Amino acid sequence: MIEVVIVVLMAFLVGLAIAVERNKDLFAATMLMGIFSLLSAGWFDLMDAVDVAFTEAAVGAGISTVLMLSTLALVDRTVETVPKRRPVIGAVVVLITGAALFYATLDMPGYGVHDAPIHLRTAPEMIADAVPRADSGEPLAVEIPNLVTTVLASYRGYDTLGETTVIFTGATAVLMILGSRRRRRRKPAPGARKPEQAEVAK
Amino acid sequence: MKRHIILRVAAKALIPLIILLAFYVQFHGDYGPGGGFQAGVILAAAVVLYALIFGLDAARAAVPERSVRFFLSFGVLLYAGVGIATLLKGGVYLDYNVLDSHGDAVHGQHLGILLVEAGVGITVTAAMLTIFYAFADRAHVAMREREEAEEGGQ
Repeated sequence: MIEVVIVVLMAFLVGLAIAVERNKDLFAATMLMGIFSLLSAGWFDLMDAVDVAFTEAAVGAGISTVLMLSTLALVDRTVETVPKRRPVIGAVVVLITGAALFYATLDMPGYGVHDAPIHLRTAPEMIADAVPRADSGEPLAVEIPNLVTTVLASYRGYDTLGETTVIFTGATAVLMILGSRRRRRRKPAPGARKPEQAEVAK
Repeated sequence: MKRHIILRVAAKALIPLIILLAFYVQFHGDYGPGGGFQAGVILAAAVVLYALIFGLDAARAAVPERSVRFFLSFGVLLYAGVGIATLLKGGVYLDYNVLDSHGDAVHGQHLGILLVEAGVGITVTAAMLTIFYAFADRAHVAMREREEAEEGGQ
């Protein structure tokens, strides 16, 4: 039963991706991308990756859509039509890369297979660290029920520190590019508009 | 948006609930899905909704840009500071086991995870708001200039 739901969701995702790519109206494309994110969140949830689903719903469907809409307020709503060409080399490269990726997935363990490498080595130790066992009186190392939090914040604390720094750096970069507010706040004298401002207004 | 009374009333009812959800996700991340990243985004979404309904200037008055910039770096510093604290207590960097003053390793882990998740949440909220303010401000200025240009043209 759940396979049917997953297949239908995947079909929707493919359809949405094509619709986003074909759409000339950027507003519609933005909205479709929001729906794409929400559907992927539902799919992640079906695959039992609740934390990932949560992030996708909040970041992908929520904040990204708002940010893209605020970008749309700055640019034209429609895309210019590019003269049609037939990029044969590009299609060949894409097909070969896609085929290679599909071939690589054949080596991956199946979904939910109990003897996949991850379930044999690290995962049992982490579960033993986090979940209380009734039989043994051994002290637990972490004792936090949500394993994702344990892995993110404790076992991989360095990674998460790096990710937080990346977010900080991203926001700083946006500030450096777009944040020069004080200079533009002053009303320009009539007829004395700087050319760069006219560029921005377009 | 100022004349849409239904949106305004609905937003007024929703925003406190969104903020409450953000804190629940932040502090319940040890027991259920969620954590600093998700909580930060939800908290930022509350402010973005406020800005969309009540205007950018009202949102800036409620959450000033200056404090957003402060918290942007404060979160990262809090996270890195926990690492420094563990170094000073004689452990390795980000080894929360040594954090508890009575030497309880599990309690130290809880404290460390709570603090670094708070750091993540603070930085993510501030980063989302920084980006939103920067883009919305540009749109604001561009729209005003376009209106002025149209008025000048007529």
